[in-house]
Amino acid sequence: MSDELYQDKIVALAKARTGAGKLAAPTRTARRDNPLCGDRVIIDVTLDGVGKIVEIGHQVRGCLLCQASASALASLAVGRDAAGIAEIRHDAERAIGREEGVLHEPYAAFAPVAAHKSRQECVLLPLEALKDALS
Amino acid sequence: MSFDVAGTRRQFPILSEIIGGRPIHYLDNGASAQTPLVVIDAVRKYETTGRANVLRGVHRLAERATESYETARAEVAAFLGVKPMEIVFTGGCTAAINLVAYSYGELLQRGDRILLSELEHHSNIVPWQLLRQRSGIEIDMIPVTTDGRIDLGRLPELLTPHTKLVSLAHISNVTGALLDVNAVVAAAKTVGARVMLDGAQRAPHGPLDLPALGVDFYVFAGHKAYGPNGVGVLWAKPELLDAMPPFMGGGSMIGRVTFAETTWAPAPRRFEAGTPPIGPAIGLGAACSWMQGLDWTAAHDHEMALVQRLMDGLQKIDGTQILGPASLQNRYPVVSFMLDGVHPHDVAQTLDSFGVAVRAGHHCAQPLMDRFDLDGTTRVSIAPYNDNADIDALLAGVRHAAKTLR
Repeated sequence: MSDELYQDKIVALAKARTGAGKLAAPTRTARRDNPLCGDRVIIDVTLDGVGKIVEIGHQVRGCLLCQASASALASLAVGRDAAGIAEIRHDAERAIGREEGVLHEPYAAFAPVAAHKSRQECVLLPLEALKDALS
Repeated sequence: MSFDVAGTRRQFPILSEIIGGRPIHYLDNGASAQTPLVVIDAVRKYETTGRANVLRGVHRLAERATESYETARAEVAAFLGVKPMEIVFTGGCTAAINLVAYSYGELLQRGDRILLSELEHHSNIVPWQLLRQRSGIEIDMIPVTTDGRIDLGRLPELLTPHTKLVSLAHISNVTGALLDVNAVVAAAKTVGARVMLDGAQRAPHGPLDLPALGVDFYVFAGHKAYGPNGVGVLWAKPELLDAMPPFMGGGSMIGRVTFAETTWAPAPRRFEAGTPPIGPAIGLGAACSWMQGLDWTAAHDHEMALVQRLMDGLQKIDGTQILGPASLQNRYPVVSFMLDGVHPHDVAQTLDSFGVAVRAGHHCAQPLMDRFDLDGTTRVSIAPYNDNADIDALLAGVRHAAKTLR
């Protein structure tokens, strides 16, 4: 069961570390902790004048799923505002089986997480942190 | 004499379960141990032949229930080497610590101090912080050594005339380190402080002699000690129980109730408001009797041989590091490790695919994780029914995680 969870696409997303790191001069920063497992995500963003993301950086102290999700998020975030990020959230929710609908890449990689309820928050934590940063 | 692990395993029905085509290698005993048939039978007997409320009913089922409940209290007392009426059944170990923090805490005053350690479970930190908010006590903390032991060398400077209680884990739920209780009790006595031990990780490893330990309070959980969920134990010296006000009010804990005034029942009833966890307590009594029937010298040797096998195996996997004592001296079979480049949750999830159950994360000991700047650890916690196959399956899973996830 778990072997399927750590499929190549998720491992590749985590290893890609897209957007990993701290921004030098972020417009906004937010940190989210998962008190159950101790995962921690810090998201930095720089925004343009209308609230669209120009640059994103994430620091993840968490599991491979959390790292992969942060990487997936960073690959899509630039150019989007809060509403655009909310759309990505739906991608993630669909991938982990919490919403109906067609799966889109890169979040489609997280489909195996649907069978692991206790790990779903790991996928959502970076999205929660970014939501906080944009609110 | 060698320990009969096969015979012990046969007493635990769940260990013969097959899930996803794999046997269960249950190494998460520190979170919740499995339950032997004798415990399941005791609870079933209560539910099927003696289910009723305790203490107040005069009918024959109530008599049966009361007798079974009080027998359980006596079984727990015998396990701890104390008297039955010094045993308070609670909802768990956390509930027992909260009871002490509230009731004993009522006897403390602003400026009094409680001494804890850096490796405590959150349940032995947060109740005292809540007390601090309520009554203005102060909390001091004993640091931990690099090998995951409470640094008792710091006791002389941390104990003050204002220290009223030293509350420490008997065995760390992360590092497996055994506390030097004699040293703590001797030091605490020099300032007149009481000593409480969190025995959650010690009770599952055999009977205790609390009077010989010289402590004032002892708490443990039923579900970690082969008993049911929803029950725990507080033991305290009788003079302390007598002095402590109630924690919760309700039925059973009263002497006489009027709207003008209510008086309290003597201990332990004063601390068992409402209907207690009758079935779980009966099950825990059976678990304590079951533990008393085990040859713990052989069982402990067996458990520690498994620890050695585990440590030897982990050492051969590149990038593993153990958090805790490296030797088997003064430690119990709780072993935390890190695998470089792989998060503990990913290690644990991979182990699950090998049929191996472990716990990963901060283990409700975030200050200890901060001390070592760790996200968490993977924790292996061993019971007498574990065997070489369990350890070997775990090592195979760790090797697989090391190969595929970094």
